[in-house]
Amino acid sequence: MSEIRLQIDGKEVAAKEGMTILQAAETVGISIPTLCNYEKLEPYGACRICTVEAESRGRTNLVAACLYPVEPDLVVRTRSEKIDKIRKTLLQLMMAHAPDSPQLQELATEYGANADRFEKEGAFCILCGLCVRYCAEVKKKNALAFVDRGTKREISFIPEIASKECWNCKECFPLCPTSYAQAAYFLTEALAFPRTSASEE
Amino acid sequence: MPRITSPVELEKVRQEIVASKERNKPCVSICVGAGCLASGANEVMAAFKSEIEKQGLKTEVNTKGTGCPGFCERGPIVVVYPEEICYLQVKAEDVPEIVSQTLKGKKVVERLVYVDPATGEKATKESDIPFYKNQIRSIIGENIKIDPKNIEDYLAVGGYSALAKALSGMTPEQVVEEVKTSKIRGRGGAGFPTGMKWEFARKAPGDTKYVVVNADEGDPGAFMDRAVLEGNPHSVLEGLTIGAYAIGAHEGYIYVRQEYPLAIENVTLAIKQSEEYGFLGKNILGSGFDFTVKVARGAGAFVCGEETSLLASLEGRAGEPKARPPFPATKGLWGKPTNINNVETWANVPLIISKGAAAFSAVGTEGSKGTKIFSLVGKVKNTGLVEVPMGITLRDIVFKVGGGIPGEKKFKAVQTGGPSGGCIPEEHMDMKVDFDELPRAGAIMGSGGMIVMDEDTCMVDVARYFVDFLSDESCGKCVPCREGIRQMNKILSDITKGKGKEGDIEILEELSEATTNASLCALGKTAANPVLSTIRYFRDEYEAHIKGKKCPAYSCKELVAYYIDPKKCQACMTCAKQCPADAIVGGKNQIHVIDQAKCTKCGTCFEVCPTKFRAVTKISGEPVPAPIPEEARTIVRERKQK
Repeated sequence: MSEIRLQIDGKEVAAKEGMTILQAAETVGISIPTLCNYEKLEPYGACRICTVEAESRGRTNLVAACLYPVEPDLVVRTRSEKIDKIRKTLLQLMMAHAPDSPQLQELATEYGANADRFEKEGAFCILCGLCVRYCAEVKKKNALAFVDRGTKREISFIPEIASKECWNCKECFPLCPTSYAQAAYFLTEALAFPRTSASEE
Repeated sequence: MPRITSPVELEKVRQEIVASKERNKPCVSICVGAGCLASGANEVMAAFKSEIEKQGLKTEVNTKGTGCPGFCERGPIVVVYPEEICYLQVKAEDVPEIVSQTLKGKKVVERLVYVDPATGEKATKESDIPFYKNQIRSIIGENIKIDPKNIEDYLAVGGYSALAKALSGMTPEQVVEEVKTSKIRGRGGAGFPTGMKWEFARKAPGDTKYVVVNADEGDPGAFMDRAVLEGNPHSVLEGLTIGAYAIGAHEGYIYVRQEYPLAIENVTLAIKQSEEYGFLGKNILGSGFDFTVKVARGAGAFVCGEETSLLASLEGRAGEPKARPPFPATKGLWGKPTNINNVETWANVPLIISKGAAAFSAVGTEGSKGTKIFSLVGKVKNTGLVEVPMGITLRDIVFKVGGGIPGEKKFKAVQTGGPSGGCIPEEHMDMKVDFDELPRAGAIMGSGGMIVMDEDTCMVDVARYFVDFLSDESCGKCVPCREGIRQMNKILSDITKGKGKEGDIEILEELSEATTNASLCALGKTAANPVLSTIRYFRDEYEAHIKGKKCPAYSCKELVAYYIDPKKCQACMTCAKQCPADAIVGGKNQIHVIDQAKCTKCGTCFEVCPTKFRAVTKISGEPVPAPIPEEARTIVRERKQK
């Protein structure tokens, strides 16, 4: 693996080929906010909170740090007026769904996001996909999945699998930034495979 | 048919086909593209077959179903050869007359030919019709001559000679170079130089490579690719095979949306015929080059027109985009280098190879070469497919080719580029249409959708329409696209309902910025274009909706009321009888009054009120006048008419 030299926030960084900007930044202690990223999972690039400016061959692009591979002489800026504004808008959009999420609240303080900027939405889920991807990639069970697309997209437990696999796993619950995964699970359980007194242990 | 094994043999076969076609034998060509089929082309075709037999001409006249020549407004279209007489809007009952007059009597049926609405002049030949006269039809021009289900028709017009030329006389690198020199840019939307794309894929390391035809045409109102794939599938196959040879691919896919059954049928048959003739398969034309093509059907997701989503769908996964880099040219289908081009781009390739890059790039502007097919729809007289040189002005497309706006209405804007595009107003109509000019005006070339709008179109509602379309068609994966579109849709819908608030325009601009800058794929990155371009050119309409609760185009239902002017109403009962909501009070000699509480604003009364009265009016942004008192409603007529 050859070494790739780039610059992040003015710091010279020596990264390994195949690393993402996010990983390279971590090696020098620069923290970039993320919501849908988790080290055990493939990078996903959905929350876009990790958006940074990447300058390469005279062109500056806004890219997702969790996905963008390092390249020689890349100049990365992780904070700027433009980036902060984007992150603020994204947080406000997500807080229309999950105003009480501690992770979102913490970032909202940092970026001055107003939880009430947009009208509240019914579903608490921000569709980061941590639960779906963890179940598929780590547990290899696929007990829950995304359904539908566009603004109708949501996560859903699949009763046939969830009724067999989830009761002694629930490892996705602590990953969820909004507690929606728990809610969705218990709702599915109540509707599709209610607990009987015999199964209470 | 034994496989053709060399370019020489191909020429021999071609000459045999041409010779077998009696040059002056009359032939009736009927467009059986999807548009004409919808207006009854199949019945016309059947009528011709039976009538020709009935009148004893079966051995003397051929009939042929062909691809779409573009003038869909006037379909079904029939062209009689060798005179090339073009009949428009032909119905089955017109057929006996055409057969007896034209085929037997060699006379023109005057009532079925084109009449110029401006001059009253008749045009008998296709090429004399103004709609066609202002076009350069190098791609769709052959459609009316070709039966897409018969490979011999394509061979007769020189088909597969470009493939023979590339395979026998050019190295793959030379083919790439020729395409680069032609400066053709991708017709799918982004306008990336095709030759460069090919070079990336050619140079990408790996033995297995793929070529893909993107026929997932999804822009509302656009049907360029459908017409090419339905009407001349072999031109796409020939281009694809040349591309595969240039890049070093041995397998290709045509990803076509399920909603195009005729295109799927015709291209599937074309592949079969191509294999039989030896233009696909092993050792094509004796060159040692192997190439096979499969058809894959899309399941109706608009986002699958985006190349990484298309590849995901082709691999059998959900159609969601992936971040680039890596680009498909290095890591595409199943991780292998892949080159994806749009249908129209592929169909241009044989032209570039056979006529040469110089001839191809002689047409067009500095940055955009060749012709472009647009589907011209909306409030324009000649709707249909038009193929024009790059650099033509928007005004020429809308007014010369399109014939202008019907019904003496005023032109307002033309929307180009589908849901990723923008609306261009009158002041920019003299702008040259190419890949570089349109973005300067806030629109894009896109794949070639062009929707003309007149004074009755509300620009806020247009923006709402496209954003609403995308709220269903975004894959929903990334936050800026999914949530940005959700909020924009809500705000736009509120504005059109009279619930707009001060500051809404600024929120729309803020959301547009985040969606444009932070989205994962091109769908999200361009989703705000319809919003931004309408704010840019029609901000006053937004403000009228928000501040004055007025829709200047009288189009937004919630902001419009219907009112009968008591001075004009002649109590004819027409509107009262047709009102579906029973909202019109009035009787004989009683001036009619609309009960606003009951009115559903369907507009029926407005449409049916006799033009000599024009008593029904639309009101927006101001209160509806109080109904006149009941005692004042009786009309006292001075003299009873007749």
